[in-house]
Amino acid sequence: MSLQQPIRRKLDLKNGRVDLSHGAGGRAMGQLIEDIFHAAFDNDWLRAGNDQSAFAAPAGRMVMTTDAYVVTPIFFPGGDIGSLAVHGTINDIAMAGARPLYLSASFIIEEGFALADLKRVAASMGEASRAAGVPIITGDTKVVERGKADGVFISTTGIGVAPAGLSLSSDAARPGDLVALSGTIGDHGVAVMSKRENLEFETQILSDSAALHGLVAAIMAAGGAGVRVMRDPTRGGLAATLNELAHQSGVGFEIEEEAIPVRSEVAAACEFLGLDPLNVANEGKLVAVLAPEVADAVLAAMKAHPLGLDAALIGRAVADDNRFVQMRTAFGGGRIVDWLSGEQLPRIC
Amino acid sequence: MKYVDEYRDGKLAQGIAATIAREADPARLYHFMEFCGGHTHAIARYGLEDLLPENVRMIHGPGCPVCVLPMARVDMAIACARDPKVTLCAYGDLMRVPGSSGASLLKAKAEGADIRMVYSTLDAIRIAEAEPNREVVFFAIGFETTTPPTALAIRAAQKKRLANFSILCNHVMTPPAIRAILESADGSEADALRVEGFVGPAHVSTVIGTRPYRVFAETFGKPVVIAGFEPLDVAQAILMLVRQINEGRSEVENQYIRAVTESGNLRAQAEMADIFETRETFEWRGLGWLPDSALRLKAAYERYDAEKRFGLVDVPARDNPACECGAILRGAKKPRDCKLFGSVCTPDTPMGSCMVSPEGACSAHWTYGRFREAAKAAPQRRNVA
Repeated sequence: MSLQQPIRRKLDLKNGRVDLSHGAGGRAMGQLIEDIFHAAFDNDWLRAGNDQSAFAAPAGRMVMTTDAYVVTPIFFPGGDIGSLAVHGTINDIAMAGARPLYLSASFIIEEGFALADLKRVAASMGEASRAAGVPIITGDTKVVERGKADGVFISTTGIGVAPAGLSLSSDAARPGDLVALSGTIGDHGVAVMSKRENLEFETQILSDSAALHGLVAAIMAAGGAGVRVMRDPTRGGLAATLNELAHQSGVGFEIEEEAIPVRSEVAAACEFLGLDPLNVANEGKLVAVLAPEVADAVLAAMKAHPLGLDAALIGRAVADDNRFVQMRTAFGGGRIVDWLSGEQLPRIC
Repeated sequence: MKYVDEYRDGKLAQGIAATIAREADPARLYHFMEFCGGHTHAIARYGLEDLLPENVRMIHGPGCPVCVLPMARVDMAIACARDPKVTLCAYGDLMRVPGSSGASLLKAKAEGADIRMVYSTLDAIRIAEAEPNREVVFFAIGFETTTPPTALAIRAAQKKRLANFSILCNHVMTPPAIRAILESADGSEADALRVEGFVGPAHVSTVIGTRPYRVFAETFGKPVVIAGFEPLDVAQAILMLVRQINEGRSEVENQYIRAVTESGNLRAQAEMADIFETRETFEWRGLGWLPDSALRLKAAYERYDAEKRFGLVDVPARDNPACECGAILRGAKKPRDCKLFGSVCTPDTPMGSCMVSPEGACSAHWTYGRFREAAKAAPQRRNVA
């Protein structure tokens, strides 16, 4: 006589909340992982149910990155913490000129977090990963007591492959190189800020959160060895990215304010909040430093890609021992574009 | 941006700059002080000084509320916030202002004090309503621009019968500070007052009007041009000051006519007069103790006065002796003249108040202006570009 199977209660995805048993390693945890994460990420690696996933390493240089996501609010116009955790890590891989292959995801969930929200976040991650063609093949879940986290924190690790011999590095900018920007700046930071308490704007500004590896492939195809370095201007915005590149490459940059695309509603929101769009975060933009002879071809390739429609050449690298980033203002004067001191917008990614 | 971009038009700026260059007498120097941090920020952010001829120079004044807040008052706020029942609400730019021995609200918050950044005084009121068991204290600072919103919060607290709301009042007044600058020169050459005219406050003047500045033009003989905070406003005001000097006039002129009237905002003035009274004396960072220069709550509102409610006392605190914020705020020295500037004192690790707020003279120079000096030191460098 076979033993009676216990009735398997379904997760209450409408009103249920994550409790400590969901992280305790028992049946509840298994059910959470299966019903929410495996359902959303659905692939053969996860279905195999191992604590790790194996894959064949392709030829070339392997590229790896990791990032943690703690954005608040979790859902914001144009995205959420889940899609952001996929896009952000894919982009870090892509900036090396690499093709992203696989992701891992780990979740730190606060006791009491709504299962419906967790399902929504997981679904968004799954969708972003499928759209990008980069599967999430392994993961981990922990639940902490109420007050020890804020809703959900997500860490993703990415692995990708770059062609043998290709080495894009942040010390590669040379005087005379041109700087291309793939589109409007400040959208993500302002979208997140606008969702915050007391700061709702009439016009909805959407985050630009997007996976950039397709755009990167187009840039590499057009620019080849003339592409010196690429970086996505996330926290700290365009100002921080250019300052980092200036310091690491030992050059200065001179940029033109009028050449930098900013949506008028973002400019207005920044004006209202006392922010400078140059310091505001982006999650779907990149800066490419280009040898002058490939700049036009790369710019054309960027503009031909849906994520680079507003791309522009915004300035150039110059010899400068001070490694200053200088800007010619639309007003006709000049100024330094510095790193921001302190935190402009807490927890935007 | 409609109604904003018009005031940042590069072509118009070139036109005004050309007129200033044409009209400024090359045989003399023009030293003007922009009183407000908002003007300092506009000058630096838009690179306005690049458009001025060499003999027209701007001196950055003390009109940045964060910069003139003395360490003792920061210490007082930190002491107040350390009280476990207190929730201290403050504007964001106060968080990093250094108090004694490197203390700041940001550090006190990390050590466990309940300190919250707010965008408006009414955010503090909302917190007091939502958390009746907390003693909510609003750290009130600023010139006449931010005083009416604080008055509004007191009114709201009164109307809502909030028993757990109070303010730590540090509101200061603009005219006494201008007077202090004019009277501060000690006669020595190093400390000689070079200011020949003032770009007068924008937002402050929307509240107090143009009348309170007359004394500076009439008694002290210093022209004042009230100007808006957009770069074209400042450029036009500078042209108006050059013309006054050239024509030997000393008047209060109003460039900011789209917002400022002679009498100002009478309703805001009445609210302030009803709720606040003048303190006998108050300490300004960099300017020292100035008589009749700051406000406190009247006795009728003392239940909203955190100083009385929590028995807070002013414990004198000393700035780093090498810090030149005082002379810089008076316009007697430039940020570069300070030994601390750019070495131990940067926006990331501010020692003096002028480095804290982006509107402070040192911070603005650090963030936006340094390259001019670098370019002058190595003129060939810019040719490489």
